[in-house]
Amino acid sequence: MTQQPIEAGAVDSTVTRDARLGADGVASGDAPMSREQVLEAYRLMLQSQAIDDLAIKLQRLKRVGLYAPVQGQEAAVVGSALALDPRRDWLVPASREQPAMIRHGLPLVNFFAGYMGRLDSAGIPEGVKLLPRQQAIAAQLPHAAGLAWAMKLRKERAAVMVYCGDGASSEGDFHESLNLAGVMHVPLVVVVINNQYAISTPFHKQTAAQSLASRAIGYGMPGIAVDGNDLFAVYAASDDAVRRALDGGGPTLIECRTYRVGFHNTSDNPNDYREQEEVSAALADDPTTRVERYVLAQGLLSPGAMAQLKVEIRAELDAVQRSVADLPRPEADFIFQNVYDVLPARTEQQRAETVKEDRR
Amino acid sequence: MQEPQTVAAAEDMSILEAIRAALFAEMARDERVLVFGMDVGTLGGVFRVTQGLQQHFGGDRVFDTPLAEGAIVGASVGLAIGGMIPVPEIQFLGFTYQAFHQIGPQLARFRSRSRGRYPMPVTIRAPDGGGVRTPEFHADAVESQFTQTPGIKIVCPAFPDDARNMLSMAIRDPDPVLFVEPQRLYRTVRGPVTVRDDPLPFGRARIVRQGSDVTLIAWSAAVHLCLTAASELQSAGISASVLDLRTLVPLDVAGLVQAVTSTGRAVVVHEAPLTGGFGAEISATLHEEAFLSLDSPVIRVGGRDVPYPPGALEDAFLPTVPRIVSAARKAVEG
Repeated sequence: MTQQPIEAGAVDSTVTRDARLGADGVASGDAPMSREQVLEAYRLMLQSQAIDDLAIKLQRLKRVGLYAPVQGQEAAVVGSALALDPRRDWLVPASREQPAMIRHGLPLVNFFAGYMGRLDSAGIPEGVKLLPRQQAIAAQLPHAAGLAWAMKLRKERAAVMVYCGDGASSEGDFHESLNLAGVMHVPLVVVVINNQYAISTPFHKQTAAQSLASRAIGYGMPGIAVDGNDLFAVYAASDDAVRRALDGGGPTLIECRTYRVGFHNTSDNPNDYREQEEVSAALADDPTTRVERYVLAQGLLSPGAMAQLKVEIRAELDAVQRSVADLPRPEADFIFQNVYDVLPARTEQQRAETVKEDRR
Repeated sequence: MQEPQTVAAAEDMSILEAIRAALFAEMARDERVLVFGMDVGTLGGVFRVTQGLQQHFGGDRVFDTPLAEGAIVGASVGLAIGGMIPVPEIQFLGFTYQAFHQIGPQLARFRSRSRGRYPMPVTIRAPDGGGVRTPEFHADAVESQFTQTPGIKIVCPAFPDDARNMLSMAIRDPDPVLFVEPQRLYRTVRGPVTVRDDPLPFGRARIVRQGSDVTLIAWSAAVHLCLTAASELQSAGISASVLDLRTLVPLDVAGLVQAVTSTGRAVVVHEAPLTGGFGAEISATLHEEAFLSLDSPVIRVGGRDVPYPPGALEDAFLPTVPRIVSAARKAVEG
């Protein structure tokens, strides 16, 4: 990997606890998560891997349009999302935070319905404090800043967590919204998943800086860089940031340094721009394997129970995808739904034409 | 300081006063309404439209933001999701270039992209138009660019009464509205304002002058150019109607067709550059919907197809009364 060695701990030492889960699965420092939380994280990470496998298979079968796998980033995504209380806090995803969205309350059926084109069933249910995936890089950041601002104005005790990648840090929206969040002192946690690549562009071509967390200084907020493959480090930093947000301490920037093991999405071939040795090195430090070793060593699950869990997770997903495949495809005039509260006359006329053409 | 306008009696106001009255009234009516943007709080806006609002409603509801148009609009999306009714000001419509993505692809389609979960009751106010010798980018009339991002309504009042009532409607609308304010007319056009509890829905054009030979079609400040042109045409023996579209989205196709059918001739006037301008949409619509009622081709009078010039030369760029008169004579006399 071309990245600099990770300076464990923080850019701002006031915002971290020393909590680590090493590549060997051995924890050091404080143990930030309960046994139940570790098991929840482990299950979400396994489920994320299983979703990647299934969605890629379905894409090859032309049942899913395009899919961007989480592979390699599971600890960063799951460790941060677990710091939220889904009944209280908001989650604003970019486009590669599948386990975070599911953990926050997006039902698996709705999740697969979105990828499989069953749009009538793909919405975010009422009460789930989640925004849709965002395909325009960094555009979700000002939304999250505004949402956190609303929480502050309404005096609701709630935090907003927003995700983006290393590529997004070059966008104007990144700067504008972190600056705004700092000025308005809103309860926002910005999680930058630095996976070293924006499609094919490596981190060192994205910025001359060694650290994205250090940008926090310029926005008047704490910033922390953590080993994004370390579930405990990610969780501890996120938990600190969420508590600070809830206590009126304002926003935090967290950089999770990890590696995008998979392709950018199913249309991408990473062999065109990176060496296999680099990928192999990352594979040797798989974040889920770290947790698995810990779970076994701590006796949280027996080897048998672990194998059973993996089978159950895959069986559940397969059942969900089969049920979603049986759902009706949307009618052509679905495209006119939810464009306006009431369609303008001319658009209503187009809708009627579309229905007529569809029936031919 | 302007107090809330809650009485129904007609009152003489400038466009600026009418907009300010609507802001006072809507903030008083619904405590979720927030007014923010660059310099709108302490200063009361560079045109003083929001003067007095912060003193009256406090710094939590009326506030200055960092200088970042994209974040002002993008944060409005989040504020709306969080249950507020944001009324951000973009200091000049020409500054929306830096917020285009957050207005069009994000705000306008958020109801759709969230499958109805998050409607966007957001009203973006922005002044535009030439004739006041502003520096570069301050005059660009780019409203029609947002007709290509469905989901947002585009409201362009030309009179105090419309400014007052349509801004109230915009703020109460469950969908996003781009509310374009004609900066040249802020203080120069006055008129009676009657507050209506239940105003007409958007998408109703209005004939502001009746004539029989040709229909001049415009919105925003250009409506007043058309009215002056119509008076000059009158002395040349040509009777011109003036149709104020009032909203580009929704477009009142029926009202447009009716207004042109009654005269058989049409001239459409706008400040934006001619090519690709909304005049082309009007002309195409009339040729599709009213071809057999037309006695002559629809003529467009727009800004020139050049970058908006420095103030000293803006009259060479803008549609002028002589250009409108000449176009109308061509439509009538061939």
